[in-house]
Amino acid sequence: MIRYIFAAFLTLSAASAHAQMEIQEVTSPGGIDAWLVQEESIPFIALEIIIDGGASLDMPGKRGATNLMMALLEEGSGDLTAREFQAKLEGIAASFGFSAYDDSISISATFLTENRDEAIALLRGALIDPRFDEDAVERVRAQVQSILRSDAQDPDSIANATFDAAAFGDHPYGSSLDGTVETVAALTQADLFEAHRNALVQSRIYVGAAGDISAEDLGALMDDLLGNLPVDGPELPPRVEFGLDGGMTVVPFDTPQSVALFGHAGIERDDDDFFAAYLLNEILGGRGVESRLMHEVREKRGLTYGISTYLVPKTATEVYLGSVASANATMAEVVDVVRAEWELMATEGVSAEELEQAKTYLTGAYPLRFDGNAEIAGILASMQWVDLTPEYIVHRNDFVNAVTLDDINRVAAELLNPEGLHFVVVGQPDGLESSD
Amino acid sequence: MRLLAAALAVFATTTLAEEVTTYQLDNGMDVVVIEDHRAPVVVHMLWYRAGSADEPVGSSGVAHYLEHLLFKATESVDSGEFQRIVAENGGSDNAFTSYDYTGYFQRVAADRLPLMMQYEADRMNNLVLTEEDIVTERGVILEERNQRTENSPSALAREQMRAAQFLNHRYGVPIIGWKHEMETLDMEDALSFYDIYYSPNNAILVVAGDVQPEEVLALAQEHYGPLPVEPNLPERFRTQEPPQTAERRLIFEDPRVAQPYISRTYIAPERDAGAQEEAAALTYLAELLGGSPFTSALGIALQFDTNTAVYSGAYYDGLNLDDGTFGMTVVPAEGVTLQEAENAMDAAVAAFLEDGIDPERMEALRTQLKAGEIYARDNVGGLARRYGAALTSGLTVEDVQAWPDILQAVTAEDVLAAAERVLDRDQSVTGWIVPSREILQ
Repeated sequence: MIRYIFAAFLTLSAASAHAQMEIQEVTSPGGIDAWLVQEESIPFIALEIIIDGGASLDMPGKRGATNLMMALLEEGSGDLTAREFQAKLEGIAASFGFSAYDDSISISATFLTENRDEAIALLRGALIDPRFDEDAVERVRAQVQSILRSDAQDPDSIANATFDAAAFGDHPYGSSLDGTVETVAALTQADLFEAHRNALVQSRIYVGAAGDISAEDLGALMDDLLGNLPVDGPELPPRVEFGLDGGMTVVPFDTPQSVALFGHAGIERDDDDFFAAYLLNEILGGRGVESRLMHEVREKRGLTYGISTYLVPKTATEVYLGSVASANATMAEVVDVVRAEWELMATEGVSAEELEQAKTYLTGAYPLRFDGNAEIAGILASMQWVDLTPEYIVHRNDFVNAVTLDDINRVAAELLNPEGLHFVVVGQPDGLESSD
Repeated sequence: MRLLAAALAVFATTTLAEEVTTYQLDNGMDVVVIEDHRAPVVVHMLWYRAGSADEPVGSSGVAHYLEHLLFKATESVDSGEFQRIVAENGGSDNAFTSYDYTGYFQRVAADRLPLMMQYEADRMNNLVLTEEDIVTERGVILEERNQRTENSPSALAREQMRAAQFLNHRYGVPIIGWKHEMETLDMEDALSFYDIYYSPNNAILVVAGDVQPEEVLALAQEHYGPLPVEPNLPERFRTQEPPQTAERRLIFEDPRVAQPYISRTYIAPERDAGAQEEAAALTYLAELLGGSPFTSALGIALQFDTNTAVYSGAYYDGLNLDDGTFGMTVVPAEGVTLQEAENAMDAAVAAFLEDGIDPERMEALRTQLKAGEIYARDNVGGLARRYGAALTSGLTVEDVQAWPDILQAVTAEDVLAAAERVLDRDQSVTGWIVPSREILQ
């Protein structure tokens, strides 16, 4: 039986797009919650399942276990080998995606209405009863190790790894969730079963669904799909502070264009000032060619193809990051411009006009996000994961519009720390050297 | 109850296949309207039948360079203004350049369509560039090349392979341009390309979303209708390939290559108007040879039956104006040499041709392609791109609509016959991509 807890009829009104959606909050007979947007015009369903925890649950010395485990969920389950599983999946033209992130894992499924039962049976097997057959483990292990070897020679990956290690040390955030060639080589089948046991747990599940399915059917389906997973998992890792001081780290690498990652501590997702910070980031480096950094570095000086900044609120910390690439000869100039813009924004803030433009853009763009079943299912799952209610969709633009010039400029002074900005540059940048 | 009824009303218009209406304006501009009334959003795309393969010799990259420059000022609009207007209306926009086309698009609330047309029509004819635009934007495209190509050994290797694949056709020149030619691009290069090709009789308007076709037509007539016909628009003819009679092999060395691999391409026919059967068969061939690693011939032979490769795949895209390529890639497993991997790849292909095709596999692919049409309807922007790319590649609306049925009609015999014709080593390039020749010792 389905208990209807809440059904919100939402009208998203911004610019002039009035997207209307009914979000149904569904609780399955077994007690699993999901949000649903029922949309019957195309006979398929998109399902997004987020499970809190993710690769941060890797056991000591087992870095890469969660990632390898997730990559193996499509490689056989129950009495099906990897090839049998995939042949069945292809036969019903369904597609599944299994991904590991720092703080969560995600399972995406798209399947036709007419094949719903077969698709759910296959997905259930993958989630509840994966085999982790030795030949599959070896095959996927070799693929991950191949990726790790390539990452070791890729400037962007080198920049990420260097930055994360310096900022977070031994915390899981300090290393790649893919693991290292060594840790991945050492993972056993038992490690994968343990990672599976730890990562896929009922109490941390968030489900979004969109498409051609009723609330009743979704409820029944969820119990079937997820009801046999263990209830709870191990504790999540403790909070970690951003541990990198301002400065410069140059990683020599023989390539024509330097890439840079820069940043400092950020702001929590549920901070009262988050919307002010969000708008601030839009203006500084978030909104494509309209941002100050794009204007200064690309439009005015032609020094890059792209520069962007992003707020990264994670479960156990918060970062404010940016990235840019420029020829070895010009990266030093780019760094100077970024530092100067950071300083200018911290001290003088934004203009009323900039704030207004950013608000208009963000509020107008919001309804356009709900663009297709998979996108909607993903948004519904993510909202639950970060503890929002369905009504948030109605009020979200009000939160954006409520930010005042005083708010945003106070937050600019508090959040932006020109001295605290640390750059990791990979390449052979002229005139740049590592600070101490 | 009232609540549910209201919600349903939003999605009241259900369509079983995309509804497409086409027009042509008096100045020769084609108009394609795709209706999707699920959400009050519209995608507005303008496609020009002009891509990198239409560039004059010596100015490679100018089509893409011009695409960047189109965001600068016109006689009545400031530099960057159009993008700002799109953003202020909550929309998103971008542009893209390929071998056969250049396209511009915006995605906005449906009632902002007239505004988009007004700006897009304006920049077809009224661009005003400054010397500063020329210099800074040339810096930007050079950095784009740095980012996409110079910093990526696999992209550099792909360039060398394409240059070897096409003996006489412009598809052998990279879309972004050769670096030494990009460095010399100037005002005159950009404007001469613009003056000829950015014309209504060389353009296709695709509007997709919550719109009525006759309203789109009226708006198109108002905004695009007054644009003058380009009388000197040349016939679209590229230098064609001579018979390819000698296999080409290359070794690409770059110390940044972490994982050596093999890439093989063959010249392959594209989808032609009224004759898409061969391309349909090649679409199956790519899937059967190297689609899913779990069910394809290469995947099973190299990744399951033996431990020869960590990755194998085959690919084909028939959407070009002229002949394109059919490709295969194999990344050998640890301890397997490139020669061993190539031998295994060739053996797997030979066995595939010899053994024939499992009818179950053909059926599974038919099912997937059919389902793909259902999934595709969820993404109206994707449908719009499908029409734009086809119409700039010599196909018609009828060809686009016939394509799913042509795919369904492909038989195993068709696939094998197409494979026999295309998989001819005399028409191929094989690349070994390595960190250093030393690993070949």
